[in-house]
Amino acid sequence: MASTVAQGRGADKRRALGARTAFLGPGLLYVTAFMTIPILLVVSYAFLTRGRFGGVEFPVTLENFVRALDPIYLRVLWNSIFIASATTLLALLIGYPTAYAITRLPVRWRTVALVLVVLPFWTNFLIRTYAWIVLLNSQGPVNKTLESLGLIDAPLELLYTRGAVIAGLLYAYLPLMILPVYASIERLDRSLLEAATNLGASKFWSFITVTLPLTLPGTMIGAIFVFVPSLGNFIVPELLGGGKTVMVGNLIRDQFLKARDWPFGAVLALVMVLFLAGLFAVQAIVARRINGRGARA
Amino acid sequence: MTQKHLVEISGLSKSYGDVVALDDVSISIKENEFFALLGPSGCGKTTLLRVIAGFEEPDSGAVLLGGENLLSLPPHKRPINLMFQSYALFPHMSVERNVAYGLEREKLPKDEIRSRVKEVLATVGLMDKARTRPAQLSGGQRQRVALARAIVKRPQLLLLDEPLSALDRKVRAEMQLELKRLQHEVGITFVVVTHDQEEAMSMADRIAVMSLGRVQQVDTPVGMYQRPANVFVADFIGTSNMFEGVAVAGGVDVTSFGFLPAQDPTPAVTGAAYLMVRPEDVRIVDDGGLLTGTVLETQFFGGASTIAVQVAGHLAPVVLTCQGTANVQRGASVQLSWLADKAVMLAR
Repeated sequence: MASTVAQGRGADKRRALGARTAFLGPGLLYVTAFMTIPILLVVSYAFLTRGRFGGVEFPVTLENFVRALDPIYLRVLWNSIFIASATTLLALLIGYPTAYAITRLPVRWRTVALVLVVLPFWTNFLIRTYAWIVLLNSQGPVNKTLESLGLIDAPLELLYTRGAVIAGLLYAYLPLMILPVYASIERLDRSLLEAATNLGASKFWSFITVTLPLTLPGTMIGAIFVFVPSLGNFIVPELLGGGKTVMVGNLIRDQFLKARDWPFGAVLALVMVLFLAGLFAVQAIVARRINGRGARA
Repeated sequence: MTQKHLVEISGLSKSYGDVVALDDVSISIKENEFFALLGPSGCGKTTLLRVIAGFEEPDSGAVLLGGENLLSLPPHKRPINLMFQSYALFPHMSVERNVAYGLEREKLPKDEIRSRVKEVLATVGLMDKARTRPAQLSGGQRQRVALARAIVKRPQLLLLDEPLSALDRKVRAEMQLELKRLQHEVGITFVVVTHDQEEAMSMADRIAVMSLGRVQQVDTPVGMYQRPANVFVADFIGTSNMFEGVAVAGGVDVTSFGFLPAQDPTPAVTGAAYLMVRPEDVRIVDDGGLLTGTVLETQFFGGASTIAVQVAGHLAPVVLTCQGTANVQRGASVQLSWLADKAVMLAR
């Protein structure tokens, strides 16, 4: 009797597992094929020797890693981290208040505002970036407007600067900050804010002590969503940086496509992947602590 | 000497578009009283609570606390604390930090905060959970934290929004006693919002029954049970047997059975009326009964039994309760009676 029940339960479990696999299957297969395999390839390339016409050859070597520590490359990495960090910080400073303001709109206008936020995604990324060249060049609308207002005498050099790169990246990825931050503020239980008020906290204090810490995990997701593609981007630095501003994305692309040094390109790519994996780990730990699961205060 | 009134609510009205949430509500609450706002969902009791706490602004009316105009104070400056239905504990803070939150906002010295938090955690029996996060507590423990966080501020008035609704039956009974004990211990005026009439009856000193944004009756639990002011209250509080008819001197002339005796109410009820009698006041008599009927079913609840009697000409069965087991069989013919002063006449 008991064994039949147990068997029945076992069959149920198997069925549940089967159903789960059926739903997970396609996604899992896709990720395995197009994510895991390339990463394994990149890892193996990193330890091999450069082929004469591209590609990789034996013997196995650690030389590529040593080369990545060369100050020239470290400077590129540092430059990339600086630009990506600046972009992320600006996105945070603009995106958080925007997301907060959207949650305070009436429900109907919230939807409109969110559609407006993602509207730029309806146009090709390259075209939008080209538009910035038009905007920022010495005869462009920005300079013209400033001149006609009498604020400047000669056109400013806006294009082909680090500032232009940051502006372009910010423009491209700001929605990726706004959306997760919006979701986390929206999800915040309003009775928590009322509780803070009831216990004597002013609006400012309840924001600092309740809203901010509880939306931190969502904000970190937004920051990662902006930081990761900014760090790896090579289109914006090329178009708006004029090739003067080399970021690690450009470097990796050049190793594979121009210098034909696949192993070194693989090392640089690997360093990026590990760096970003570290960021996600930090986010996960912070989110766990904030919600009080697992960790003690 | 009558007790001083701590809270004076007068002429409070509030509507949301076409929906009237509060309709000219006036209630006085005495100092150190355990007061219950009772009513079905949507009766306006929660809106009233939120107006007092400052989360809603009334369209008109006044609320005085200790003689001072409460409505002119911003919500975070009112000497009132609210225990939320969902408890609204801060998930990112430990139990002691949750409790200390309100005291920190008062900018009290650290030593005082620490000792008061310790003291209140001892009062609610959560000393060993001081460093635990709310997510790791049981429902009953969370409720204690919410209570501790509210009373540690020593408010003049503590509002409790459906304080026991999230707890299971057994814990709820314990917490009812505990809340009452605490209220005596801390000497704070409690106003509890609830839709559970048993909860209100067992805990409160006085109850205000609300319906459709209006106060139907304010009375002690016993007074409200024995002398409901209208049909709504009679129906909402406890079980009742109702007979429809016309008011006459000393009773109601019921269409299908003729005269049934009831206490003459003051002010007098005239015209269409109901006679209401509680199940425990209805008795089975050998002869000379007011009504004759057939036993439909009996239910035994341990200490007492309920007997449902089908009376010809009356749609709902007449319900009566008696001590111990019911000494009648299903299908038996019985006569029912009650004392005139136990039956209440209500205007229709």
